[in-house]
Amino acid sequence: MSTTILEERKSQIHRAGAGPIDLACNRESLAGAVSQRACVFCGSRVVLYPIADALHLVHGPIGCAAYTWDIRGALSSGPELHRLSFSTDLRERDVIFGGERKLAAALEELVQRHRPKAAFVYSTCIVGLIGDDLKAVCRAAAARTGIPVIAVQSEGFKGNKRAGYLAACKAMFELVGTGDTAGIDPASVNIFGDFNLAGETWIIRDYLRRMGVEVVANVTGDGRVDDIRRCHGAALNLVQCSGATLELARMMQEKYGTSYLRVSYVGIEDMADSLYRTAEFFQNSDPGILVRTQALVRSELVKILPELSRLRRDLEGRKAAVYVGGAFKAFSLIKAFRHLGMQVAIVGSQTGTPEDYEELAAISDPGTIIVDDANPLELSEFIKEKGVDIFVGGIKERPIAYKLGIGFCDHNHERKIAMEGFVGMLNFGLEVHRSVTSPVWRFMPRRAADSADRSKEVEAC
Amino acid sequence: MLLRHTSAEITERKALTINPAKTCQPIGAMYAALGVHGCLPHSHGSQGCCAYHRSALTRHYKEPISAATSSFTEGASVFGGQANLLAAIENIFAVYEPEVIAVHTTCLSETIGDDLPQITEKARRSGKIPEGRHVLYASTPSYVGSHVTGFSNMVKGMLAVAEPTGTKNGRVNIIPGWVEPADMEEIKRLAALVGVDITLFPDTSGVLNGPLSGEFHMFPEGGVTIKQLKSTPDSIGTLALGEWCSADAARHLDSLFKVPCRVLEMPYGLKATDRFIDALRKIAGVPVPEEVNLERGQLVDLISDMHQYFYHKKVALVGDPDPLIALVEFLATVDMCPVHVLTGTPGKRFEKKIKQLTAGMPFNVNVRSSADMFLLHQWIKNEPVDLIIGNSYCKYIARDEDIPLVRFGFPILDRVGHQYFPTVGYKGGIRLLEKVLGALLDRKDRDDSEQSFELVL
Repeated sequence: MSTTILEERKSQIHRAGAGPIDLACNRESLAGAVSQRACVFCGSRVVLYPIADALHLVHGPIGCAAYTWDIRGALSSGPELHRLSFSTDLRERDVIFGGERKLAAALEELVQRHRPKAAFVYSTCIVGLIGDDLKAVCRAAAARTGIPVIAVQSEGFKGNKRAGYLAACKAMFELVGTGDTAGIDPASVNIFGDFNLAGETWIIRDYLRRMGVEVVANVTGDGRVDDIRRCHGAALNLVQCSGATLELARMMQEKYGTSYLRVSYVGIEDMADSLYRTAEFFQNSDPGILVRTQALVRSELVKILPELSRLRRDLEGRKAAVYVGGAFKAFSLIKAFRHLGMQVAIVGSQTGTPEDYEELAAISDPGTIIVDDANPLELSEFIKEKGVDIFVGGIKERPIAYKLGIGFCDHNHERKIAMEGFVGMLNFGLEVHRSVTSPVWRFMPRRAADSADRSKEVEAC
Repeated sequence: MLLRHTSAEITERKALTINPAKTCQPIGAMYAALGVHGCLPHSHGSQGCCAYHRSALTRHYKEPISAATSSFTEGASVFGGQANLLAAIENIFAVYEPEVIAVHTTCLSETIGDDLPQITEKARRSGKIPEGRHVLYASTPSYVGSHVTGFSNMVKGMLAVAEPTGTKNGRVNIIPGWVEPADMEEIKRLAALVGVDITLFPDTSGVLNGPLSGEFHMFPEGGVTIKQLKSTPDSIGTLALGEWCSADAARHLDSLFKVPCRVLEMPYGLKATDRFIDALRKIAGVPVPEEVNLERGQLVDLISDMHQYFYHKKVALVGDPDPLIALVEFLATVDMCPVHVLTGTPGKRFEKKIKQLTAGMPFNVNVRSSADMFLLHQWIKNEPVDLIIGNSYCKYIARDEDIPLVRFGFPILDRVGHQYFPTVGYKGGIRLLEKVLGALLDRKDRDDSEQSFELVL
């Protein structure tokens, strides 16, 4: 296989230290690309999916519902309605004659049976083409059933995942401001852009509780409709994940004057920094908050640091490749890997913006490959070039990493262990350790030689 | 109770599918295309379709799944996707260097009316398809049929390269249908044992059950070659395994090139394998080889050893029509009662066939096509079963109703083995029964009281 990188792709790849970065990004994948990217519908679905007491009805052919049926581990502490798959399963007849009546009937039946707090109706490619008036059907259903029925304008072809985030934010914004804000503490926040994968939102909620901050709504993880309706009563929005919910925070700032902070719960520095900045925000009204936060950070770090340094002994000098959805997570992961003594040699994202990539270039070590919307061939070439030991990515990259005989860590929606918070840093370290030091790689031809060398060194000692 | 929302009371639903027992055509086309050597499947639609199909196939096979997309935008959706597809074909041959591109459509490109034959022809005329390279295509609208239909359509699409030489080559085409890579391997092994030279298409063995080599190969070793596909009209006959998956392509070969075909059930279980072996034997004009007889004898032996435990155990099955038809027959053969049989794929013929297979048996059978797992769960609530056989999504029902589950079909997202161990043929039958018995007897051991807990079963 040649190592050709298509001329058109060269502007989407950069090596840190090689002049100023000017990465072409947030554009459509090239036609014919083996792209790791998804569509508008996918973006909307991932953001709204964790609202557990809402009905999520996919208006389209069966595939869109089938492929998004309970594939994310967004945990709920109560209702599980979001884990079912509901679809109008459009057939040829519907495509010709329109699917509005089918949609109305489906909504009627579902709302009657499940009595959800709200309903999200997702538009798909085909709905955008045949021109079903989703909004009108939803309005009528809302009037009949008395619950909010919200059209999510997520036609797949109308952009990339980022456009889907925006559609989801607009949908959620219809709920915001419709609930009673009485009794909300002045020191209160909403958690945006955390999906409660493996229960991560619960970790963050616990930190905030210990700091004395009330969480009004954890919108996108273990989410509840009633919480979202009154979340404009919170003093501050904590926005994680670069793309997903930033727009909702902006809309709330404009309409309700709610401030927001961009945070990350991944890695020690970013986690601590997020808590400190939250504390600073409230320190005028609650002078004790900073001290409480310092105590919290200290007590959490004491629990994990000894174990981390043990892991570091084995991982020192190893190399990682990071290819994740949002660039914001990539920043945090670069820092997290430094705690393990590891260097990120390749970093990329699906949805980064020019500012994101500038920042990536700034914090990356010289020589680091920075790539937007990579394809498997490029990734595989870079991995071999850099001698990477572990790949951090999503489901499609996992078997590629394994074929290359290197470790893998799912930092995407299929992770099974919490990787946020201080405890999450330790979990992450353990996961990296589990994979990087696995004996299986010794049986892989390309690395068998390395490992023989290494065991000789050990014998020599 | 994850499925606490399932009510026992069944009402007819026309507008709504809950917990689907099918997915859409394009993924079937993608799986079939992966069974062509050096082929890059191409999804002519939005990026999301391709990403979803690749993810779903990756989760099931635990192998890298490469496929390209036309990356539709709003513009393409208004003005047609021709420009995208032409650019895609050019880019793909330039960057990934496949021998073949297999294009399938999506609901989007179907509805805007993109004409694949015309676009492909244009690509050929304008030199975008290098010498010796090929572009296959299939129309796979997501709103017609199911993933099974998409598979069938792409298999038929492969015959576009067929070129009869006028001389028969003595080979037999076998179309295996949507089975696991290990099953395709097993079909090849059995044919070789009987002494029949076959062309198996598609053939995902060696593609989706590959070894760890330390290298990433976008195009692994396996797959039917274009050369083999070209010569399919020269074969002396075609065996199509499964009416839904394989019959269309076989009949197409028959009507275009007069290659006689037989449509058999997929060779799951004793009787269906008997028919498959018999068909092979007749073509080769040989008696059944001793080695195959031995495997058959072992399967019958296992059934006899454990028949007490199979007796009238009620089973609920969900999956695709072709495998279900063979499985229902197999379960009846071992004296089990397939009481609920359901597929998401449309086709009244399926219901008729299952009713035929179970006629005269001492139990009532619920059977339904175009149905979903919500209905299956309701059936089970109304008439409980001893065992569920179906894909990983059955685990919700299994857990809620506390019923053992044998994973079979697509997708299997939470166990391994399906890539490596065949369930077709006599040996496959042994494996299936081993799994069924394991599930039933584990349950018995769990549920028996201390007094009746037995060491020897």
